[in-house]
Amino acid sequence: MNRTTSRSQFPAWLLLALMIVITGCAKKQPPPPQAPPPPPPAPTASISASPNNIEKGQQTQLSWRTDNATDVSIEGIGAVQPIGSQMVTPEQSTSYRLVAKGPGGQQDATARVTVTQAAPPPVTEQPVTQTDEQWFSQNVRDVYFDYDAAAIRPDAQQAITAAAQALAQKPSFKIMVEGHCDERGSTEYNLALGDERARAVQNALVAAGVNASRIKTTSFGKEKPACTESNESCWQQNRRGHFVLTGK
Amino acid sequence: MFNRLIVALLLLSAVAVAQEDWIRTGTGLGVEKVRIAVPDFKPTSTEPANAELLRTFNETLFSDLNYAGIFDVVSKSFYPLQTPGFPQEINLDAWGSPPPSASMVAFGNLGKQGDSLQVQGFLFDVKNAASPQVLGKQYREPATTDNARLIAHRFANEIILRLGGGINGIAESKIVFISTRSGAKEVWMMDYDGAGQRQLTSLRSISLSPRLSPDGTRVAFTSFVRGTSDVSMYSLELNRMVTFPRFGGTNVSPAWSPDGKQLAFSSSMRGDPEIFISDANGTDTKRITAFKGSDVSPVFNPKTGSQIAFVSGRTGLPQIYIMEVDGTNLQRLTDTGYAVSPSWSPNGQFLTFAWRRNYGPGAPGGQDIYIMDIANRKWVQLTHGSGINDYPSWAPDGRHIVFESTRGGSTQIWSMLADGSQQRQLTAAGKNQQPNWSFR
Repeated sequence: MNRTTSRSQFPAWLLLALMIVITGCAKKQPPPPQAPPPPPPAPTASISASPNNIEKGQQTQLSWRTDNATDVSIEGIGAVQPIGSQMVTPEQSTSYRLVAKGPGGQQDATARVTVTQAAPPPVTEQPVTQTDEQWFSQNVRDVYFDYDAAAIRPDAQQAITAAAQALAQKPSFKIMVEGHCDERGSTEYNLALGDERARAVQNALVAAGVNASRIKTTSFGKEKPACTESNESCWQQNRRGHFVLTGK
Repeated sequence: MFNRLIVALLLLSAVAVAQEDWIRTGTGLGVEKVRIAVPDFKPTSTEPANAELLRTFNETLFSDLNYAGIFDVVSKSFYPLQTPGFPQEINLDAWGSPPPSASMVAFGNLGKQGDSLQVQGFLFDVKNAASPQVLGKQYREPATTDNARLIAHRFANEIILRLGGGINGIAESKIVFISTRSGAKEVWMMDYDGAGQRQLTSLRSISLSPRLSPDGTRVAFTSFVRGTSDVSMYSLELNRMVTFPRFGGTNVSPAWSPDGKQLAFSSSMRGDPEIFISDANGTDTKRITAFKGSDVSPVFNPKTGSQIAFVSGRTGLPQIYIMEVDGTNLQRLTDTGYAVSPSWSPNGQFLTFAWRRNYGPGAPGGQDIYIMDIANRKWVQLTHGSGINDYPSWAPDGRHIVFESTRGGSTQIWSMLADGSQQRQLTAAGKNQQPNWSFR
């Protein structure tokens, strides 16, 4: 059965191959001879930059002209009209190459724009200074407390000593000590606990030599947490005396 | 008056006595509940607007009686097919025998006549066939949904007063609280069942601890609007803030004396946070406590006005204390843990407060609402291990307590009967905290 089918298809296969060969042969026949057309005129191109010497940041005008071109472009700018002009602001010295292509060939021209670096601006900037607030937040750091306690820990005492030394350099600064608590416990009791913490910091600062009249205290209880997760590391960040610069 | 006292004492002592098994006391406030049927009122008007008014009225009346704490409200599926709208329509036998087996039936009719809403409400004693009518009331108000609710509250209060031992119902009472839903912590107010929530203050700061004055005209609270915490005053008559002096320091947790003439609050105006008393406009301040450690959250005994309960950290963790208003006769009530936020029962015999009995970093257990009999220091736990519960406030009927709870994820306001049963959530939008029930 299979063999029969193969045999019956063979002539069609051969015919197709023959047709391809014949068609291919027909294409190869040369066209009838014709008279050659006159050669097209060669394109011309010119480009100039005015001025061709600028300072960085200044503009210059490119002007170009082409003849007998169908495809005109400037490298770095792209396709352009056969005749035109354009303002450019090169960042550095640049050669603008105009390429004109036409049936008669290709012609190019180049205009060079030299960019000189502008004179550096006069030195008006002062050396970088911190704002008072930046100085304050770097030198007068939060003081941390144990759970349900307003006693000053040894590490808190170090922070207070450092804060007192810093405040001694800025005798005009006035500060507010905010007492804060972690989220556990009652709203009202935490307001009182925060008040105790703020006053403990105030007293420690006074003991370290800061004039009491420069320090005010308040308590936010658990109303303004620095950290809102429910774990001990976050709670520790919230059990704090926080310093705010209120006067300079 | 004497009768009323006895009943209140009975109700509340039954709660306290049942300390060993709080679940058993959860079935009632100590007395057998009256079995009452509350069929839907019948419409006497065919106006389209009548249906909405009727629905609001029926829902409100049913809810008021269901949550009153003194009724066993018969399930509506047990009711006879024919429900009465007028006295001549009632079949006492059908209500008194099974399945409803009701002792009392509250029924009536409601109709919008033009611009006014007319309601007739009746309370019938099923067991007294000769003279069944206990109550017959008529109400007429402008036809609004709020008034449908108001009339239902008033009729419910009449029934509760008549069948609940002469104690006034709380259906018209209010609760003030703090809500964050406007973006800042502001003072809000609502009906006792959570309806009609409205914002009072617009200070865009932090407001805390609102307390309604006994006459219901002012709210004292704590405000940070001027940077530090001050006692502040809002007038519900003027709908605005009224002046209150600044004392300096941290001033928190104001509370009214029962005559409305004095405020107690915690202040660090002279150093340590201590309890002070001033008159209601903030003048004539007197310091009551003098002990190292924080003293906060004072509350006057509403019955006598001569005692103050408060929280003190003088021994370490905060505990509940009571003293006379002059600071004498100081007694510590709680023996352990972290105990805060006291509120007196209206009869002055009990305190409710928030207690974490095993408190400390890493300690197990939640913070729950407790009540304590001041005379014998016996206590009952009302909430059990669901979230952090705080700031209980006793209702004027002595049967209900409102509190804040973090169960369910966010801090919301809940109410319950004073035996811990029928806990229900009253707020849902934003975070809501520190509820305070009106004096009446």
